[in-house]
Amino acid sequence: MYHSLADAIRDAEATGTTLAAVALEAERRDQGRPLSEIRDALGRALAVMRGAVSRGLVGDLHSTSGLVGGDAAKLRTGPDGPMAGTPFRDVLARALAVQEVNAAMGVIVAAPTAGGAGVLPAVLTGLADARGIGNDALIDALATAGLIGAIVAQRASLSGAEGGCQAETGAAAGMAAGAGTEMLGGTPSQVGHAVALAQQGTLGLVCDPLGGLVELPCVFRNATGAAIAMAAIEMALAGITFAIPADEVIDTMGEIGRAMDVRYRETAGGGLAATPTGRRLARERLYQIKRTGD
Amino acid sequence: MVSLLDIIGPVMVGPSSSHTAGACRLGLLARCLVGGTPDRARVELHGSFARTGEGHGTDKAIVGGLMGFRPDDERIRDALGIAEREGLDYRFEKTTLGEENEVHPNTVRITIERGDRSSVMVGSSLGAGRVLVTEIDGYPVEVTGNYHTIVLVAEDVPGSVARIATILAEDAINIATLRLTRKQRGGDAFMVIEVDEQPDEKVRTDIRALSWVRWAFRLDKVSA
Repeated sequence: MYHSLADAIRDAEATGTTLAAVALEAERRDQGRPLSEIRDALGRALAVMRGAVSRGLVGDLHSTSGLVGGDAAKLRTGPDGPMAGTPFRDVLARALAVQEVNAAMGVIVAAPTAGGAGVLPAVLTGLADARGIGNDALIDALATAGLIGAIVAQRASLSGAEGGCQAETGAAAGMAAGAGTEMLGGTPSQVGHAVALAQQGTLGLVCDPLGGLVELPCVFRNATGAAIAMAAIEMALAGITFAIPADEVIDTMGEIGRAMDVRYRETAGGGLAATPTGRRLARERLYQIKRTGD
Repeated sequence: MVSLLDIIGPVMVGPSSSHTAGACRLGLLARCLVGGTPDRARVELHGSFARTGEGHGTDKAIVGGLMGFRPDDERIRDALGIAEREGLDYRFEKTTLGEENEVHPNTVRITIERGDRSSVMVGSSLGAGRVLVTEIDGYPVEVTGNYHTIVLVAEDVPGSVARIATILAEDAINIATLRLTRKQRGGDAFMVIEVDEQPDEKVRTDIRALSWVRWAFRLDKVSA
């Protein structure tokens, strides 16, 4: 798989094709699997993503600790805000939905991780459904997202324990921004700018879950991560460019992750987890889990 | 090599790829050591597994894995109840398996019995659902579960690799990787053989029947 988004963009431009096509071709070559098999596997992931979106939007799920749940449905049925009636509000709802399913031990696709699993399905299925885009294009978009994620994995990290939340929901935002941009007709170069724009907006984001649970703020970080991805898509498609190339922004994320204190890397030792309220809630909820058992 | 399908996946029951999906895979691997769902299991959780495991369903995922549930099986949510109904007697304990900088924070020791077979496995969940078994019955090993794997300890005799390769070839099993390590000449030799096809129980018993083999296990591929 590509180690550099610039290389992938160059190859796509040279052959007049998409990043999805060069990603699928690299996967075919690396893994020795036929394209049809790779597309089928991505199609199965897409079906699980759609299932998680639908399940979460029902609004009756609660996490093991009871800290999160039911908020996705509020964006469907609650009072209007400035984004009412736009795909933006729907994307936020879908991001919360998938992450509420995850917190309730439902089935999701870890893309790139379970903790960041809401961003990609929210942005891609939200935009596709708003524009009447079909499954083939969504599978292409998942290939582009996978390419971006693979580059982040090789150059930086996709683990909150290693790089903070910028490596989970941040990476997910970069993947969703690039994939969404291409799905809506953006050029390979615009995809590069979308990735850089999304990833720069999440630099330094710490991983600070209450009690170490993938619940709070994780569920909401997926919604704000999706919002950053949407902003990056909007800017990139408008022709806005970001002067630092995506590869270098990703390298920066890795550098910041390595320098990040261990308190901010999924240990619940700092950030929101260490606030007075965060500590109190974690104590109460962990006690609750122990008491109720199964 | 990073694959697109590692990034867009695995499909799994939430909430944590390390604390839930990885934990389930460790249960699946442990189950292989006794050839099926154990009658009794003692599960000792270390580090982050011990601290935040309950909130992540680590207990349910390990017990689900011991019963053969894969990481995307929704029965994991109810695994503890199912285990009680099906007579899997499990017990969880919190423990310290070593110094913080020496033992991975998500490590578990699983002691299991099934009929007259029993085994002890130590393994870690490394993140993103990847796992590593580091010890079986006190012997240090490295098993990832990315392939069907045969692990054995044998006396260091000439021709041992050839003999085992022949047994595998007779069953049309292709070797992907083979690692042979020994502490000293003539001492115990450890063999970890990753293979492309799933070997059946006969392959293990054939290997086990060799006079110079002390023990042999087969572990299933548990990755997606």
